[in-house]
Formats: sequence, C-alpha cells, structure tokens
Amino acid sequence: MTTAAQSLPIDIANLSKAYGSVKALLDVSLNIAAGEFLTLLGPSGSGKTTLLMALAGFVRPDGGSIRFGDQEMIATPPHKRGLGMVFQSYALFPFMTVAENVAYPLKVRGVSKSDQKTRAERALDTVQLGGYGDRRITQLSGGQRQRVALARAMVFEPQIILMDEPLSALDKKLREDMQIELKALHQKLDATVVYVTHDQREALTMSDRIAVVNHGRIEQVETPERLYRQPHSFFVADFIGESVSLPVEVTNDKAQLGGRLLKSDLPIAIGRGGHRLVIRPELLEVTAGAVPETANDLSGHVHDIIYQGDSVLVIVQHDSAGQINVRVPANRAGQTGLPSKGERIGLALHPEDTIIVPEHVA
Amino acid sequence: MEQVGQRKIDGLWLTVVGIAVLFFLILPTLIVIPMSFSGASFLEFPPTSFSFRWYTAYFTSSEWMSATKTSLIAAVLTTAIATPLGSLCAYGLHCSTPRIRNTAQILVIMPIVVPVILIAVGVFSLYAKLGLNYTLTGIVIAHTALALPFVIVTVMSGLQNYDFDQELAARSLGASRAYALWTVTVPQVKFSIQTGAFLAFITSLDEVVISMLISGGDNATITRRMFNSLRDQLDPTIAAISTCLIVVSVGMLIGVQLIGRGKDKTK
Amino acid sequence: MSVIELQNASTLKSEERRERLTFLGLSMPAVLAILIVVFLPIFWLSSLSFYNAAGEPSLENYARIFESALYRRTFVVTFQISIAVTVICVLLGYPLCYWLTKVPDRTAAILMVFVLVPFWTSVLVRTYAWLVLLQRNGVINSSLMSMGIIEEPLQLAHNLTGSIIGMVHIMLPFLILPLYATMRSIDTDLVRAAVGLGSSPRGAFWRVFFPMSLPGLFAGIVLVFILSLGFYVTPALLGGGRVQMLAQRIESTITVYSNWGAASALGVVLLLLALVMIWLMNRVFGLDKLFMR
Repeated sequence: MTTAAQSLPIDIANLSKAYGSVKALLDVSLNIAAGEFLTLLGPSGSGKTTLLMALAGFVRPDGGSIRFGDQEMIATPPHKRGLGMVFQSYALFPFMTVAENVAYPLKVRGVSKSDQKTRAERALDTVQLGGYGDRRITQLSGGQRQRVALARAMVFEPQIILMDEPLSALDKKLREDMQIELKALHQKLDATVVYVTHDQREALTMSDRIAVVNHGRIEQVETPERLYRQPHSFFVADFIGESVSLPVEVTNDKAQLGGRLLKSDLPIAIGRGGHRLVIRPELLEVTAGAVPETANDLSGHVHDIIYQGDSVLVIVQHDSAGQINVRVPANRAGQTGLPSKGERIGLALHPEDTIIVPEHVA
Repeated sequence: MEQVGQRKIDGLWLTVVGIAVLFFLILPTLIVIPMSFSGASFLEFPPTSFSFRWYTAYFTSSEWMSATKTSLIAAVLTTAIATPLGSLCAYGLHCSTPRIRNTAQILVIMPIVVPVILIAVGVFSLYAKLGLNYTLTGIVIAHTALALPFVIVTVMSGLQNYDFDQELAARSLGASRAYALWTVTVPQVKFSIQTGAFLAFITSLDEVVISMLISGGDNATITRRMFNSLRDQLDPTIAAISTCLIVVSVGMLIGVQLIGRGKDKTK
Repeated sequence: MSVIELQNASTLKSEERRERLTFLGLSMPAVLAILIVVFLPIFWLSSLSFYNAAGEPSLENYARIFESALYRRTFVVTFQISIAVTVICVLLGYPLCYWLTKVPDRTAAILMVFVLVPFWTSVLVRTYAWLVLLQRNGVINSSLMSMGIIEEPLQLAHNLTGSIIGMVHIMLPFLILPLYATMRSIDTDLVRAAVGLGSSPRGAFWRVFFPMSLPGLFAGIVLVFILSLGFYVTPALLGGGRVQMLAQRIESTITVYSNWGAASALGVVLLLLALVMIWLMNRVFGLDKLFMR
C-alpha cells in the first residue's frame, strides 16, 4: 500500500487528568517520532488507556499539550484528528457488511462510491481478507474481525494509528502470529503507531520503543532491549521479564550485598526508597569451579530443580541473601556439571548484567 | 419412593394452580371478544346468535366516532412528540456524568410511580388557569409527560446494552458526533426506540384518569366516554369498542415483537 | 508550564463545560415537560393543603383528615384493599411464576402471552369485562346457578368483593413480571446441587430458591401496593359507589364538593405514602434496575 501522506510525530507535554481525587495522568510528557511503533505498557489502571484516549480525543485532559506535527490537537474533536483507531472490542458495526465497515471512514470523507469500493477491497487485501467484503461481521472469527478493524483503521491512510489492546481477545497462538503480522504491516504503512498493552512480551516483540506507565506516570521510555537490560526502577525491572530481586545497600554509587561490594558496569538510576539487585535467571552463569574474580559471586546450595521443557529452573539458597533462580538450557551443555539437590553450586553474575535499581523512580 | 411421590404431588398441585391463574388472567379477554359479536340486545354469555350489530352501533355513532378520533389523534401526536424528545433525553443522560444521570433518572420515572389521580387533579387545576381543559393540545401535553418516562427508560436500557465503543470508533474514523449517532448508534437502538414509541401510543390511548378530568365536549377521549357510559349501564357497544382496543394493543405488541425478531435475524 | 499549556487548560475547561451543557440541553425538553406537567401542579396542589377556607395558613385540613370519621374510614378501606390485593397477588403470582420456571422455555414463552395480553389491554376494557362477569345475572352467577352450586345469585359486583377481584386482575402482571424475571435469573444448578447434597426438593426450595427470588418478589409487592394505594378506575366502577378509596375520595372532594384544601391534604398524604414506598423499593431493589433489561 502506498501512502500519500508522511507519518507524523506526536509530542505530548505535561498532560494531566484527574477523576475527582484519582489522578489518572500526572504531567505526562512523551515524544513519539514519526513512523515509530511506540507501546504504552502497564498494568490495568496505570493510566495507559487514559493516555491513548486523550490522544484520540475521547478523554479530555485537564491541561497540557498534545501536538501532531506542529499542530496543537488537545482541544480538537476526535473526528478532526485524522487518526485510525483499533478498539479492544473491535467496535465493528454489526449491521453493516465487512466492506461497508471498511468503507465507513471513506464514506464520511465524501469519497466517491467507486473509490470507496476499490480502496476498501485493497485494504482488505492488505490484511489478507480479500473477497470477504460481502460477509456479515457475525460470520467472521475473532481473528478475522480483528483484521477488519485493522483494515477499517488504515483504509483512509491516516498518519497516526492508535491501538487499544487489539489482540487481547485472541487465543495465544493467533495472538503471536498477529504480533508478527502487525509489525510487518507497520513497516509497510508509514504511519506512527501508538499501541496499548499490558502484555510485556507483546510489547517487547512489536515495539520500536516502549513507554512503561505506572500510577499515571511514565516510568521509562526505551527500546525493548535497553528496557530489559537497563531498567530504571524496580517496577520496570519487575514488570518486564522474569526476575528475582534482593535488597542491597547503596552508598556513593556503590552497592553492597550482604557486606560485599557488587561489581556493576551499569549506572544506578536516581530514585526514592531503598535499592534492589535485580537478577535475570538466564543471565546468571553456573561455574564449574570457583567464581572468577571479575564477576559477583552468588553461590549457594541447590534447593530445588524444576524441569520446564525448553529449560531447567534451579532454585538456589544463597548463603546470606535469600533465594535466587537460575535458568539453564535443557540441552546437554547446560546440564553438564549441574549439581544435584542439596549440593553447592557456583553462580557468577557478570558486571554488565548486574542491575541495581531504586525502589521508586524520582 | 416416598419422596418421588411427594414430588409428583407437588408438581401436580403447581400445574393446577398455574393453569388456574393463567385462566383467571385471560378470562376477561375470552369473555369480551365473543360477546361483541352477540346478536342479543342484552349481555348474555355464551352468545346465542352472531351479528355485527354492536360494531355497526359503534361505527355509526357520531359521539363514539368523534371520541375515537380524538383519542387516535392524541395518541399519534403524543407518540410523535414523546418519542424524539424521550430518545434525545435518554442519549443526553447516557452521556452525562453519573451524578446528573442518577438525579435525572429518579425525576424521570416519578410520573410512573406517583399516583395518577394526583397528576390528574394537578393538571386539571393548572389547565383551568391556562384555559387548556377540554382541548386537544391539553390532552397531548399531559399524555406526552406521562409517556416520556416509558420512552426514556426503554431507550436508555437499549443504549446500555449497546457497545458504545462503536460510536467512538465512528468518531475516530472521521464522523462528527451527530453523524456517528445517526449512522451507527440509532440503527442499533432502533428496536428500543420503536418499543418506546409503542409504549407512548398505548399510554395515551388507554389513559383514563387524566382524560376523565381534562377532556370533554368535542374533545372527549374514548376512555372518558367509556368510563361515563360504564358508570350508568352496561352497553354491549362497549364490548365492540373493547375488542377494537384489544386488537390495536395486541396487534401493535405483536408488530413490535416481529420487527425485533427480524432485527435479531439480520444480526 | 508554558503559556500554550495554560491556554490549553482553559480551552479544555470551557470545552468540558460546553459538552456537559449540550448533553443537558438534549435532556432538557423532556425533563422540563415532566417538571411542568407533573411536578409543578403537584407542588402547587400540595401548597393548597396548608391554607384554610379563608385563605390563611393553617393545618386545619390535616386536622380534619384525622378527626373526620369519613376520611379515617377512607384510609382504613384503602389500606385494607391494598393489603388484600397485594396478598392475593402474591398467593396467585408466586406459584404461577415458579411453575413457569419448571416448564420448557418455549412453553413458558407461549404461556407468558396469557400474562402479557391482559397487561397490554386497557384497564377500562378489563374492568368492563369483570362487570359483565360479576354482575347479578352475569356469567359467573348464571353458570354457578345452572350447575346447581348456588340458588341465589351472589353479590359479586358493586361492592368490596368486586373491587378486589378486578384490582387483583389489573395488578397481577405487575407482580409477575419482576418476579418471573428474577426467578429466571436464578441458577437452577444451585437448586440441583442442594438436592444433590442431600436436601429434599422442598428443603432446597425453601433454603435456596425462595431466598434468591425475594428481591423480585419484593419489587412486585411494592409495585402492586403503590399502584393499589392510588388506584382509581376499577374500584370506582366495580365498587359501585360503595367502596371509596383515597383516589376516588380526592376526585369527589374536588368535583363534587370543590373543597381543594381537603382534597390536597389527602393528596399530600397519598403522595407521602407513595414516596415512602418508592424510597423503600429503591433501597432494596434499586430503581436504576428499571433502566436495564
């Protein structure tokens, strides 16, 4: 699909919204680049949907600024924002056919009947639903409805597309297929996409950048890899990926675990409250002998070994700090030299993997 | 064994009572319709002869015809005013903040639960000041206020069952609020609006107490004439009128249901 | 915060206000119609009750209500009839609804026609039919006599009996509809589970099904009672002038005696009774349920 229009950047500044005493958005600022796929990730009630609805114009913020390109949009009614939007419930019109649904935005824009038809067909082809135009919405499966909603949101070639948990109603297998497909579609479309989800894996799979939303604020905006490897707060570290955490003492940018200095290549983000060492189970190295001097020594005794198919989870009782999980591949290499229950296990945490975060963001 | 027997007796007892109560409910309808076709000049049941004489009496009486005309015009006008006003009100309340909505809901259903005699006496005295007693305008205004709650309640429940995201979707796709309302929301709450219109029509057509006080002269409603006639004697003409009223109410009820079923099929 | 953001905040505030006013504006014509036609006259009428015949503020009208034997009797009769009608409706309606939950769904839908047809038939038409049925040489008396059950015709119409029979017929659907809706929503698996756990069917009914049907039963009872308290048409016709309930007393006090003060005092009492019942119903059942299907 060729697009006439260029995708637009979105600049959000100091956006706030309160429902009575509940603050849904707290001075949120966020810049989204043109053509970017940005995901708002957070638990339910975090404010991510409120933020999306404010972009769409369905939630009226108390103050702040929303710009699409150079244009201030904050008081513009939804229908003049030129957005494509996909709803969680799909919100297809059940009394119209598939083609009528997809042509609706064109009809509203006064596009001629014949143009409506060809463009709707083309959009349906793009989402692999060519020939489904005359079907009723009720005759479609969940996945097909999802595609119709997508076709309807992009048929008029919007510069910005908003998606509110569009895949949450699909089963796991279909959801994973659609994630890949949506990502590919985004590359074809040349539109800025803002995507809302509470599924961290989905966010990691699809996004150019992820904004983690918590309690009405954006805790961190980063590319998926950096977000995973360098979280700025305990919330982000805990919400994304698997981890166990241990409390640590931080003085003068140096962290201590059980009285021993921790070696870390990563900066410690500024924040409130105490600090925690975040350990990703797959980043720990099981050492045959003693832990090398360059790494942090987290050795302990094997408490339990759990077989999980593709990997094995080893639960280790650390000498002083509590339980640590280690994930090793279930192949032969991973299993060689793995001690059995009750035996001592050497664990190395390398400085580039040593993540230390504050309990709360500043 | 004993328990099974007990259950059978319980079930039989329940069936007998159930059928008896249903018979009690339908009995008046069963009586009125055959009686309207009786050829006798007094009330007898079962009728011994068949004739249309009471229908002839009804349709040739200028008094009954004028009353029928008043009632039908009042009902049509009431429906024509109460349906759009009530539907707009329902939509407005649906989109309002919960506080406004809850207050208005209580206010709006009051005409259904406040004893109608109080409304009748009140309207009668208000109309006395405005010179609206015995006028068609007066009847239509009073009936509209009485019918509005039914329209509002049915349309609001229709809106509650409707996925409001669809209207948002339409607006995000470029439709103004009014256009989205008209092209996406209205087609889907059409059945509720039709039901509301039906309720408005029946409310006006069957209304007795207010009409008794505020209608009269050339603008007497059919219910007012029937009420006065029943106070004096049991004119068999009323059986014919009653049958017509039953046919209108039940016919419209069936019509609305059929439209509703048709809607479900296309869904 | 920048100047533009401050400007935005004030624009947003006025937009919010404008939108709220639009919605209020959409609702206003209907709400105003109800306020002017229903509320305003009733308020005005109520205010009349606080003035005596000379036009001075006083509570004379209320004093008269409680002193006059005639008015006292009206209240007693109104309550007696309303309670009797409500009790009979429960005794007839509950078994019917329960039975309807036991028959197959399609049969129940067809049988509901027997409830809905009278419900949608004019009150006048039904009252007329009962007059025909209950009068001295009416259908019921003549069939009972031809069967030899009675020798003299029973006095069924133009008295208390006739009023109650007619009113029960009018009110019964108001009890059945909310009650049946509640019963249908009861999970029958629960009752079956109770039987499976060793309850007798009767025990399961009283311990599981009956308590769960109570909200619907209560809604029906309150509805029937409110409507009965202020009911006019049927007792006026089937009572034959011998039964004077509140509504008829109010009407005749005005149209026959032109005593607006006394009539409005009666009206205020009736209104308060109705409002208390509505308040009670709102507490237990929730009036907003009316707005859902």
